[in-house]
Amino acid sequence: MSPESMTEIWVYLSAQPLLWLTLTLAVYLLALALHRKAKGHPVVNPVLVSVSILVVLLLVTGTPYQRYFDGAQFVHFLLGPTTVALAVPLHAQLKRLLAMGGPLLIALVVGSLTAGLSAYAIGALLGASTPTVISLAPKSVTTPIAMGVAERLGGLASLTAVFVILTGIFGAIFADGILRRLGVKDDASIGFALGLASHGIGTARAFQLSEQTGAFAALAMGLNGLFTAITLPWLLPLLAPLLK
Amino acid sequence: MIAAFALLLAFQLAGEALRVALHLPVPGPVIGMGLLLVYLIARRGPSESLRTTSGTLLQNLSLMFIPAGTGVMLHGARLFDEAGPILVALVASTVLGLAATGLTLHFLTRKRKQEASR
Repeated sequence: MSPESMTEIWVYLSAQPLLWLTLTLAVYLLALALHRKAKGHPVVNPVLVSVSILVVLLLVTGTPYQRYFDGAQFVHFLLGPTTVALAVPLHAQLKRLLAMGGPLLIALVVGSLTAGLSAYAIGALLGASTPTVISLAPKSVTTPIAMGVAERLGGLASLTAVFVILTGIFGAIFADGILRRLGVKDDASIGFALGLASHGIGTARAFQLSEQTGAFAALAMGLNGLFTAITLPWLLPLLAPLLK
Repeated sequence: MIAAFALLLAFQLAGEALRVALHLPVPGPVIGMGLLLVYLIARRGPSESLRTTSGTLLQNLSLMFIPAGTGVMLHGARLFDEAGPILVALVASTVLGLAATGLTLHFLTRKRKQEASR
Protein backbone atom coordinates (compact mmCIF):
# COMPACT_ATOMS: atom_id res chain seq x y z
CA MET A 1 0.00 0.00 0.00
CA SER A 2 1.41 3.38 -0.99
CA PRO A 3 1.90 6.08 1.67
CA GLU A 4 -0.62 8.25 -0.19
CA SER A 5 -3.41 5.70 0.09
CA MET A 6 -2.49 5.05 3.76
CA THR A 7 -2.89 8.75 4.43
CA GLU A 8 -6.18 8.76 2.53
CA ILE A 9 -7.54 5.88 4.66
CA TRP A 10 -6.36 7.58 7.88
CA VAL A 11 -7.95 10.90 6.90
CA TYR A 12 -11.24 9.12 6.20
CA LEU A 13 -11.26 6.89 9.30
CA SER A 14 -10.05 9.52 11.78
CA ALA A 15 -13.06 11.66 10.90
CA GLN A 16 -15.47 8.76 11.67
CA PRO A 17 -16.90 8.13 15.16
CA LEU A 18 -16.18 4.42 14.68
CA LEU A 19 -12.39 4.78 14.95
CA TRP A 20 -12.30 6.53 18.33
CA LEU A 21 -15.11 4.40 19.76
CA THR A 22 -13.20 1.25 18.82
CA LEU A 23 -9.91 2.65 20.16
CA THR A 24 -11.56 3.61 23.47
CA LEU A 25 -12.75 0.02 23.98
CA ALA A 26 -9.43 -1.47 22.80
CA VAL A 27 -7.37 0.77 25.10
CA TYR A 28 -9.70 -0.08 28.03
CA LEU A 29 -9.21 -3.83 27.42
CA LEU A 30 -5.44 -3.30 27.27
CA ALA A 31 -5.54 -1.33 30.56
CA LEU A 32 -7.58 -4.12 32.20
CA ALA A 33 -4.99 -6.68 31.09
CA LEU A 34 -2.18 -4.52 32.53
CA HIS A 35 -4.14 -4.14 35.79
CA ARG A 36 -4.46 -7.92 36.09
CA LYS A 37 -0.76 -8.36 35.26
CA ALA A 38 0.14 -5.94 38.10
CA LYS A 39 -2.01 -8.13 40.39
CA GLY A 40 -4.54 -5.34 40.89
CA HIS A 41 -2.05 -2.80 42.25
CA PRO A 42 -4.09 0.41 42.76
CA VAL A 43 -1.53 2.59 40.94
CA VAL A 44 -2.13 0.62 37.69
CA ASN A 45 -5.67 2.00 37.64
CA PRO A 46 -7.50 1.11 34.39
CA VAL A 47 -8.92 4.63 33.97
CA LEU A 48 -5.58 6.34 34.61
CA VAL A 49 -3.79 4.02 32.16
CA SER A 50 -6.50 4.31 29.45
CA VAL A 51 -6.72 8.09 29.66
CA SER A 52 -2.92 8.45 29.53
CA ILE A 53 -2.69 6.28 26.38
CA LEU A 54 -5.60 8.07 24.67
CA VAL A 55 -4.29 11.56 25.43
CA VAL A 56 -0.90 10.62 23.93
CA LEU A 57 -2.66 9.12 20.84
CA LEU A 58 -4.77 12.26 20.37
CA LEU A 59 -1.82 14.63 20.80
CA VAL A 60 0.45 12.62 18.46
CA THR A 61 -2.21 12.43 15.71
CA GLY A 62 -3.27 16.06 16.26
CA THR A 63 -6.88 14.99 16.84
CA PRO A 64 -9.05 17.55 18.66
CA TYR A 65 -10.87 16.30 21.79
CA GLN A 66 -14.23 17.14 20.23
CA ARG A 67 -13.62 14.77 17.31
CA TYR A 68 -12.54 12.04 19.75
CA PHE A 69 -15.69 12.62 21.80
CA ASP A 70 -17.91 12.27 18.69
CA GLY A 71 -16.98 8.58 18.84
CA ALA A 72 -16.49 8.12 22.60
CA GLN A 73 -19.84 9.73 23.45
CA PHE A 74 -21.55 6.36 22.97
CA VAL A 75 -19.53 5.01 25.93
CA HIS A 76 -20.03 8.25 27.87
CA PHE A 77 -23.80 7.91 27.43
CA LEU A 78 -23.77 4.64 29.41
CA LEU A 79 -22.93 6.63 32.59
CA GLY A 80 -26.64 7.52 32.88
CA PRO A 81 -28.17 4.02 32.88
CA THR A 82 -25.23 2.79 35.01
CA THR A 83 -26.02 5.38 37.67
CA VAL A 84 -29.62 4.15 37.69
CA ALA A 85 -28.26 0.58 38.01
CA LEU A 86 -26.59 1.53 41.35
CA ALA A 87 -30.07 1.00 42.84
CA VAL A 88 -29.58 -2.79 42.47
CA PRO A 89 -26.60 -3.20 44.88
CA LEU A 90 -28.15 -0.55 47.12
CA HIS A 91 -31.33 -2.65 47.33
CA ALA A 92 -29.26 -5.78 48.06
CA GLN A 93 -27.77 -3.98 51.12
CA LEU A 94 -31.08 -2.62 52.35
CA LYS A 95 -31.48 -4.95 55.37
CA ARG A 96 -28.01 -4.18 56.67
CA LEU A 97 -28.56 -0.47 56.05
CA LEU A 98 -31.74 -0.46 58.12
CA ALA A 99 -30.15 -2.53 60.92
CA MET A 100 -27.25 -0.07 61.39
CA GLY A 101 -29.27 2.88 60.15
CA GLY A 102 -28.62 5.53 62.83
CA PRO A 103 -24.81 5.35 63.10
CA LEU A 104 -24.45 4.98 59.31
CA LEU A 105 -26.56 8.07 58.61
CA ILE A 106 -24.66 10.20 61.15
CA ALA A 107 -21.30 9.03 59.73
CA LEU A 108 -22.63 9.75 56.23
CA VAL A 109 -23.61 13.33 57.06
CA VAL A 110 -20.39 14.10 58.99
CA GLY A 111 -18.09 12.44 56.43
CA SER A 112 -19.79 13.72 53.31
CA LEU A 113 -19.90 17.34 54.48
CA THR A 114 -16.27 17.17 55.68
CA ALA A 115 -14.97 15.70 52.40
CA GLY A 116 -16.94 17.98 50.08
CA LEU A 117 -16.82 21.31 51.90
CA SER A 118 -13.16 20.99 53.00
CA ALA A 119 -12.12 20.39 49.37
CA TYR A 120 -14.00 23.52 48.33
CA ALA A 121 -12.75 25.63 51.25
CA ILE A 122 -9.08 24.59 51.06
CA GLY A 123 -9.03 25.11 47.29
CA ALA A 124 -10.66 28.53 47.62
CA LEU A 125 -8.40 29.67 50.48
CA LEU A 126 -5.29 28.63 48.53
CA GLY A 127 -6.44 30.78 45.63
CA ALA A 128 -7.74 28.23 43.10
CA SER A 129 -10.23 29.63 40.55
CA THR A 130 -14.00 29.30 41.00
CA PRO A 131 -14.61 26.64 38.29
CA THR A 132 -11.74 24.63 39.81
CA VAL A 133 -13.07 24.67 43.40
CA ILE A 134 -16.63 23.88 42.25
CA SER A 135 -15.22 20.92 40.31
CA LEU A 136 -13.27 19.85 43.46
CA ALA A 137 -16.27 19.80 45.83
CA PRO A 138 -18.01 16.59 44.59
CA LYS A 139 -14.72 14.70 44.06
CA SER A 140 -15.45 11.97 46.64
CA VAL A 141 -18.61 10.88 44.82
CA THR A 142 -18.91 8.33 42.03
CA THR A 143 -18.19 9.94 38.62
CA PRO A 144 -21.64 10.12 37.01
CA ILE A 145 -23.07 11.90 40.06
CA ALA A 146 -19.99 14.09 40.62
CA MET A 147 -20.01 15.27 37.00
CA GLY A 148 -23.72 15.98 37.07
CA VAL A 149 -23.44 17.98 40.31
CA ALA A 150 -20.37 19.95 39.15
CA GLU A 151 -22.00 20.77 35.81
CA ARG A 152 -25.16 22.06 37.48
CA LEU A 153 -23.13 24.29 39.84
CA GLY A 154 -20.95 25.81 37.10
CA GLY A 155 -17.94 23.51 37.38
CA LEU A 156 -16.29 21.57 34.55
CA ALA A 157 -17.54 17.99 34.17
CA SER A 158 -14.36 16.66 32.56
CA LEU A 159 -12.15 18.35 35.20
CA THR A 160 -14.35 16.83 37.94
CA ALA A 161 -13.86 13.38 36.38
CA VAL A 162 -10.08 13.88 36.68
CA PHE A 163 -10.40 14.94 40.37
CA VAL A 164 -12.71 11.99 41.11
CA ILE A 165 -10.21 9.53 39.65
CA LEU A 166 -7.25 11.09 41.52
CA THR A 167 -9.24 11.03 44.78
CA GLY A 168 -10.20 7.39 44.22
CA ILE A 169 -6.62 6.30 43.59
CA PHE A 170 -5.29 8.27 46.59
CA GLY A 171 -7.92 6.75 48.91
CA ALA A 172 -7.43 3.23 47.59
CA ILE A 173 -3.68 3.41 48.27
CA PHE A 174 -3.63 5.20 51.66
CA ALA A 175 -7.05 4.88 53.36
CA ASP A 176 -6.65 1.71 55.43
CA GLY A 177 -3.19 2.81 56.61
CA ILE A 178 -4.50 6.22 57.73
CA LEU A 179 -7.56 4.74 59.47
CA ARG A 180 -5.60 2.05 61.32
CA ARG A 181 -3.19 4.75 62.57
CA LEU A 182 -6.23 6.61 63.97
CA GLY A 183 -7.33 3.46 65.81
CA VAL A 184 -10.20 2.66 63.44
CA LYS A 185 -9.80 -1.06 62.86
CA ASP A 186 -13.28 -2.55 62.41
CA ASP A 187 -14.44 -3.70 58.95
CA ALA A 188 -17.62 -1.62 58.93
CA SER A 189 -15.90 1.71 59.70
CA ILE A 190 -12.96 1.16 57.31
CA GLY A 191 -15.29 0.03 54.51
CA PHE A 192 -17.80 2.83 55.01
CA ALA A 193 -15.01 5.47 55.08
CA LEU A 194 -13.36 4.03 51.94
CA GLY A 195 -16.59 4.01 49.94
CA LEU A 196 -17.64 7.44 51.16
CA ALA A 197 -14.34 9.25 50.51
CA SER A 198 -13.14 7.29 47.47
CA HIS A 199 -16.29 5.95 45.71
CA GLY A 200 -15.89 2.98 43.30
CA ILE A 201 -12.10 2.80 43.33
CA GLY A 202 -12.14 2.81 47.15
CA THR A 203 -14.88 0.18 47.09
CA ALA A 204 -12.78 -2.09 44.88
CA ARG A 205 -9.93 -1.72 47.39
CA ALA A 206 -12.31 -2.50 50.29
CA PHE A 207 -13.33 -5.79 48.64
CA GLN A 208 -9.63 -6.75 48.60
CA LEU A 209 -9.55 -6.32 52.40
CA SER A 210 -12.65 -8.45 53.10
CA GLU A 211 -16.17 -9.19 51.84
CA GLN A 212 -17.69 -7.33 54.81
CA THR A 213 -15.49 -4.25 54.26
CA GLY A 214 -16.50 -4.21 50.59
CA ALA A 215 -20.22 -4.39 51.37
CA PHE A 216 -20.02 -1.34 53.64
CA ALA A 217 -17.97 0.54 51.02
CA ALA A 218 -20.58 -0.14 48.31
CA LEU A 219 -23.28 1.10 50.66
CA ALA A 220 -21.34 4.28 51.50
CA MET A 221 -20.63 4.99 47.83
CA GLY A 222 -24.32 4.84 46.94
CA LEU A 223 -25.46 6.84 49.98
CA ASN A 224 -22.84 9.56 49.55
CA GLY A 225 -23.75 9.87 45.87
CA LEU A 226 -27.38 10.46 46.75
CA PHE A 227 -26.63 12.71 49.76
CA THR A 228 -24.10 14.87 47.87
CA ALA A 229 -26.38 15.22 44.85
CA ILE A 230 -29.14 16.48 47.11
CA THR A 231 -27.18 18.70 49.57
CA LEU A 232 -24.20 20.14 47.66
CA PRO A 233 -26.25 22.20 45.14
CA TRP A 234 -27.84 23.99 48.11
CA LEU A 235 -24.80 24.19 50.43
CA LEU A 236 -22.14 25.50 48.03
CA PRO A 237 -23.96 28.76 47.21
CA LEU A 238 -24.23 29.37 51.00
CA LEU A 239 -20.52 28.67 51.61
CA ALA A 240 -19.17 30.55 48.56
CA PRO A 241 -19.68 34.14 49.85
CA LEU A 242 -17.87 33.30 53.15
CA LEU A 243 -14.63 32.48 51.31
CA LYS A 244 -14.42 35.53 49.07
CA MET B 1 -30.82 -7.97 28.56
CA ILE B 2 -32.47 -5.49 26.16
CA ALA B 3 -35.57 -5.45 28.38
CA ALA B 4 -33.42 -4.71 31.46
CA PHE B 5 -31.52 -1.99 29.57
CA ALA B 6 -34.81 -0.47 28.42
CA LEU B 7 -36.00 -0.49 32.05
CA LEU B 8 -32.84 1.37 33.19
CA LEU B 9 -33.30 3.93 30.39
CA ALA B 10 -36.99 4.32 31.25
CA PHE B 11 -36.10 5.11 34.89
CA GLN B 12 -33.41 7.55 33.72
CA LEU B 13 -35.96 9.20 31.43
CA ALA B 14 -38.48 9.43 34.28
CA GLY B 15 -35.72 10.96 36.45
CA GLU B 16 -34.89 13.56 33.80
CA ALA B 17 -38.56 14.39 33.34
CA LEU B 18 -39.03 14.87 37.11
CA ARG B 19 -35.89 17.01 37.33
CA VAL B 20 -37.09 19.37 34.59
CA ALA B 21 -40.70 19.44 35.80
CA LEU B 22 -39.85 20.15 39.46
CA HIS B 23 -36.61 22.16 38.83
CA LEU B 24 -34.66 19.74 41.06
CA PRO B 25 -30.90 20.35 41.57
CA VAL B 26 -30.19 16.59 41.47
CA PRO B 27 -29.01 14.99 38.19
CA GLY B 28 -31.73 13.03 36.33
CA PRO B 29 -29.96 9.64 36.53
CA VAL B 30 -29.69 10.02 40.34
CA ILE B 31 -33.45 10.60 40.58
CA GLY B 32 -33.84 7.57 38.31
CA MET B 33 -31.71 5.57 40.77
CA GLY B 34 -34.01 6.61 43.64
CA LEU B 35 -37.10 5.69 41.62
CA LEU B 36 -35.62 2.30 40.69
CA LEU B 37 -34.81 1.65 44.38
CA VAL B 38 -38.45 2.31 45.30
CA TYR B 39 -39.54 0.02 42.44
CA LEU B 40 -37.19 -2.74 43.66
CA ILE B 41 -38.52 -2.47 47.23
CA ALA B 42 -42.11 -2.69 45.95
CA ARG B 43 -41.21 -5.60 43.65
CA ARG B 44 -39.09 -7.35 46.33
CA GLY B 45 -35.85 -7.44 44.34
CA PRO B 46 -34.64 -7.23 40.73
CA SER B 47 -35.41 -9.73 37.98
CA GLU B 48 -32.58 -12.06 36.99
CA SER B 49 -31.95 -10.12 33.77
CA LEU B 50 -31.88 -6.75 35.56
CA ARG B 51 -29.43 -8.16 38.10
CA THR B 52 -27.15 -9.48 35.32
CA THR B 53 -27.34 -6.32 33.17
CA SER B 54 -26.70 -4.03 36.16
CA GLY B 55 -23.82 -6.23 37.25
CA THR B 56 -22.21 -6.05 33.80
CA LEU B 57 -22.58 -2.27 33.62
CA LEU B 58 -21.26 -1.69 37.15
CA GLN B 59 -18.32 -4.07 36.62
CA ASN B 60 -17.26 -1.86 33.71
CA LEU B 61 -17.87 1.45 35.43
CA SER B 62 -14.17 2.25 34.81
CA LEU B 63 -14.77 2.20 31.02
CA MET B 64 -17.40 4.92 31.31
CA PHE B 65 -14.97 7.28 33.09
CA ILE B 66 -12.64 7.25 30.06
CA PRO B 67 -14.28 9.65 27.53
CA ALA B 68 -14.74 12.38 30.16
CA GLY B 69 -11.38 11.59 31.79
CA THR B 70 -9.63 12.05 28.43
CA GLY B 71 -10.99 15.61 28.56
CA VAL B 72 -8.05 16.26 30.92
CA MET B 73 -6.19 17.28 27.74
CA LEU B 74 -8.42 20.35 27.57
CA HIS B 75 -7.43 21.32 31.13
CA GLY B 76 -3.65 20.84 30.95
CA ALA B 77 -2.95 24.56 31.44
CA ARG B 78 -5.40 24.91 34.36
CA LEU B 79 -4.05 21.82 36.13
CA PHE B 80 -0.50 23.09 35.69
CA ASP B 81 -1.27 26.66 36.84
CA GLU B 82 -3.25 25.54 39.89
CA ALA B 83 -1.32 22.35 40.67
CA GLY B 84 -0.48 23.46 44.25
CA PRO B 85 -3.98 24.33 45.53
CA ILE B 86 -5.51 21.35 43.66
CA LEU B 87 -3.08 18.83 45.11
CA VAL B 88 -3.34 20.17 48.70
CA ALA B 89 -7.16 20.41 48.51
CA LEU B 90 -7.53 16.88 47.08
CA VAL B 91 -5.18 15.15 49.52
CA ALA B 92 -6.19 17.08 52.66
CA SER B 93 -9.96 16.86 52.05
CA THR B 94 -9.77 13.13 51.26
CA VAL B 95 -7.79 12.44 54.46
CA LEU B 96 -10.26 14.62 56.45
CA GLY B 97 -13.25 12.86 54.87
CA LEU B 98 -11.82 9.40 55.59
CA ALA B 99 -10.97 10.30 59.20
CA ALA B 100 -14.33 12.01 59.91
CA THR B 101 -16.34 9.07 58.52
CA GLY B 102 -14.23 6.30 60.04
CA LEU B 103 -13.93 7.89 63.50
CA THR B 104 -17.65 8.79 63.68
CA LEU B 105 -18.85 5.31 62.77
CA HIS B 106 -16.19 3.66 64.94
CA PHE B 107 -17.19 5.74 67.98
CA LEU B 108 -20.96 5.29 67.48
CA THR B 109 -20.84 1.52 66.95
CA ARG B 110 -18.34 0.96 69.79
CA LYS B 111 -20.64 2.79 72.19
CA ARG B 112 -23.57 0.71 70.98
CA LYS B 113 -21.64 -2.56 71.43
CA GLN B 114 -20.68 -1.55 75.01
CA GLU B 115 -24.31 -0.76 75.83
CA ALA B 116 -25.39 -4.09 74.36
CA SER B 117 -22.85 -6.00 76.49
CA ARG B 118 -23.92 -4.30 79.71
